[in-house]
Amino acid sequence: MKDSSQVIALIPRLRRYARALVGERAAADDLVQDTLERALNKFHLWKRGTDLRAWLFTVMHNVHVNQVRGRREFLTLDAEALELPVRAAHEASLEARDVERALLRLPVEQREVLLLVVLEDLSYEEAAAALGIPIGTVMSRLSRAREKLRALMEGLPVSGRLHVIK
Amino acid sequence: MIEPEFTEAELHAFADGRLPERRRAELEAYFAAHPDEAARVAAYRAQADELRAVFAPVLDEEVPQRLVLAFTPRRSRFARVAAALAWIVVGAAVGWQLHTFYASRIPALGETPIARTAAIAHVTYSPEVRHPVEVGADQESHLVAWLSKRLGAKVRAPNLEAAGYSLVGGRLLPGESGPVAQFMYQCKQGTRVTLYVRTEGADHEQTAFRYSDEGNVRVFYWIDRTFGYAVSSADIDKDVLFKVANTAYAQLNP
Repeated sequence: MKDSSQVIALIPRLRRYARALVGERAAADDLVQDTLERALNKFHLWKRGTDLRAWLFTVMHNVHVNQVRGRREFLTLDAEALELPVRAAHEASLEARDVERALLRLPVEQREVLLLVVLEDLSYEEAAAALGIPIGTVMSRLSRAREKLRALMEGLPVSGRLHVIK
Repeated sequence: MIEPEFTEAELHAFADGRLPERRRAELEAYFAAHPDEAARVAAYRAQADELRAVFAPVLDEEVPQRLVLAFTPRRSRFARVAAALAWIVVGAAVGWQLHTFYASRIPALGETPIARTAAIAHVTYSPEVRHPVEVGADQESHLVAWLSKRLGAKVRAPNLEAAGYSLVGGRLLPGESGPVAQFMYQCKQGTRVTLYVRTEGADHEQTAFRYSDEGNVRVFYWIDRTFGYAVSSADIDKDVLFKVANTAYAQLNP
């Protein structure tokens, strides 16, 4: 079946996204596998002519929410709580390769939006559709993700506040 | 200084290169005058570049087979299972064919091949000088009626005169699954040929005209819907016996 080969051709993209989202290779591939299995079962729900890749991200999002997120969210918050006091003001900014570590310290909702927009180049509308959230939420999460990532990378205190421009 | 009216969303769209050109120019002018904001946008763009660079190698990794299999449609999985099952079925069918094939040659346990029992009957009675048969050819109609009654099916004694053999008579013999009949024929030189007739069960295998060497006895045999027939001789060679057997076959299976 032609659609099936299209999905298989997208596996490298799904793996890249999952790797960025989850961190570890094995766990990321597990997520991709679960996603593909679910996608296969739900393939009749994909509307032909729409972006297959965006649909697969939707499936992955749902799988991630259902199976992984609760545990991972807890670990993320926990890690952050432990690391924040350790990071001294004079500490050098994180190395470039540490963007991975910084990324994993973002709340998963923010990480998803950032990765869909930056890594996967989805439009804001597509990201909103993939995650099932309003576009305004996409923009606010994107803003928070970027600001927090910037703070982490530059060794700045992480502020939860938005930098607002009128 | 004029503060431009743009939103946080537009700032990100600017960082992502997704603003229309005119709007982009307006924001560029603003950032030129506001280094802090310009630094923020630059940082966002740098993040994006780093993220893409860090994860780009994943695209070149070999995809684990388990992931490809995860999206192998069930039809294909089913087809694989079906193929395996098909081979089992083929194996069973071949096995059954072999079974039935050998069953025709080596019947079920306890059932001696007709060629064998016919040969034994032949060597038992054909040497008899004084009592080769129970009922002589002079009472042929009685003989046939009697054997037909005992076998439970209409038996016939073929006329083998065309092959040089005359009916001597016949006898009733014990068979493994009921009475069997033996007709004896003799040529002018005194050589004897016997026709062995037994009834066959409902689900027996039919066979074409076949030949078997049973020791020093040569046997042609065949099995039709009702009867198994065997033409045996220890005295004449295969070619001559074939003519005799074929004459019988032609009359019994027209």
